[in-house]
Amino acid sequence: MHPAYSVIVFTTASGAGYGLTIWLAIAALTGTLPQTSAVVWLGFAVALALIVGGLLSSTAHLGRPERAWRAVSQWQTSWLSREGVAALVTFAPIGVLGLSLLALPTGHAMQSVAAVLTIIAALVTVYCTGMIYASLRTIPAWNQELVTPGYVLIALATGGVLYVLVTAFVAQAPLAIGWITCALLAGVGVLKWFYWTAIDSPSPAWTAEAATGLGTIGKVRQLDPPHTQANFVMREMGYSVARKHVARLRPMVLLTLCAAPMFFLALILTVAGPTAPLWAVLATTSAGLGVFVERWLFFAEAKHVVTLFYGAEAV
Amino acid sequence: MTSLPQTTNAKLGLVIDLDTCVGCQACATSCKEWNTAGYSAPLSDEDPYGSDPHGTWLNRVHSYEVDNGSAGQTVHFPRSCLHCEEPDCVTVCPTGASYKRAEDGIVLVNPETCIGCKLCSWACPYGAREYDYSDGVMKKCTLCVDRIYNESFEPEDRLPACVRACPTGARHFGDLGDPESDVSKLVSDRGGFDLLPEFGYKPVNKYLPPRPRRDNEPPVPGLLQSPIDAVDSSVLDTPRDPLERFFAWADQMLSR
Repeated sequence: MHPAYSVIVFTTASGAGYGLTIWLAIAALTGTLPQTSAVVWLGFAVALALIVGGLLSSTAHLGRPERAWRAVSQWQTSWLSREGVAALVTFAPIGVLGLSLLALPTGHAMQSVAAVLTIIAALVTVYCTGMIYASLRTIPAWNQELVTPGYVLIALATGGVLYVLVTAFVAQAPLAIGWITCALLAGVGVLKWFYWTAIDSPSPAWTAEAATGLGTIGKVRQLDPPHTQANFVMREMGYSVARKHVARLRPMVLLTLCAAPMFFLALILTVAGPTAPLWAVLATTSAGLGVFVERWLFFAEAKHVVTLFYGAEAV
Repeated sequence: MTSLPQTTNAKLGLVIDLDTCVGCQACATSCKEWNTAGYSAPLSDEDPYGSDPHGTWLNRVHSYEVDNGSAGQTVHFPRSCLHCEEPDCVTVCPTGASYKRAEDGIVLVNPETCIGCKLCSWACPYGAREYDYSDGVMKKCTLCVDRIYNESFEPEDRLPACVRACPTGARHFGDLGDPESDVSKLVSDRGGFDLLPEFGYKPVNKYLPPRPRRDNEPPVPGLLQSPIDAVDSSVLDTPRDPLERFFAWADQMLSR
């Protein structure tokens, strides 16, 4: 599948933004949010910038972005529509939570209610994002059990890194959430490992013989393509540039998205000091690069059944 | 609405005969010609006179070589929307622009409400939907909905453009929901099959398999192995007729 940058930015940025709001909400619920309004201002500004920026980026993938508002109408059948509805709904509890943290005394019931609703709504939104891809049976690499959990786990892990970054600049680094983030980053590495093992399975799901129905006669080979230049279907679904780089890019994901941020976070949490913001910036930069490569691979590695009509032997 | 209709009054579709299709591309060309001015208009082309010309077509004709154990068999394979009964391309649409008509089962895209998100093309295993880069919306086979009910046409022209254009009669149009229709009988007589039935999209269009080839059968005794063997090619090189010789000499002289 062609890796569209607008969609990569959308899924990674909004995922991290929702992850950050979830950790802000959890900190508010558990009373571990640093007692300074700067954390709230900075935290919610970063989260909303990522969420809004991601959603705006997704409209760049549309042929008719001015009609994007229509996309919230078909939530009964379409995961993309559900994602749009959930994203819009989630703004309400996020807004109430941010304002109530700034305006009301700590521990006010309003904050707890808004925090719980924020956690639920943000999780539902990221779940819907994952299901847009996981529900497509035409793309065996996406139609996997680990895809949607992967989207949620990566959102929580990258959001956790951002939470450490935000707090490291204005207050003490959060011990509990920091260590949980480390565990989640390790979980991302394990999950991706199992995911890659699953999609590398040597038994292909579909063959050219099955697609054309000509397998009853024998092996099928493309003799003459229908057109001389690649059409939309081949440009969108036939992307294959990345596959030869897989052997290098997968370890790079494990290093930059998982191992390096875990190391920097552990440094902050054990030998915390005035250099904490520096390590937090390094952890965020590394995780940002890692999640970009991870999502790029997610698209570039995925093969579409339709390529069987265009000379692919198996998908 | 992107919810699918419970039932459709008819199941209009095509039956494509892989045995008689000669891969001439007349159906694809005729489709492009009709639909670039019809319901799907425009079917834009990108860089038409440049180095990378490509464009939006609703029908594509592939040619495959199938290993049948002897000389190999060429199969020409037209591919377009199959107007499935339960297609994901309709249900994934976030705007409701993609829909299946309850009256005849035709799957259409409303070009006024499509946002060009391309998700329907991702959901289709048959590559039936193409994005129009200039128009910014998805295009697909309409089964020539603007021809088949068009009362200003002569009855014989109320057919999809591809069916009307096919010179070998390899394309048939009709109601596949009616077991007594000509197309349904054709499908049952010839063992018509669904493309990728495992997806459960229940394609309405059917394909008729190529008839078995006779390459492997022993030659009939007394028949020539090859017609070329019967021709004495030396006759062609040295004409014996005086007039033919003169023309050959004249041809030689004028060619100098």
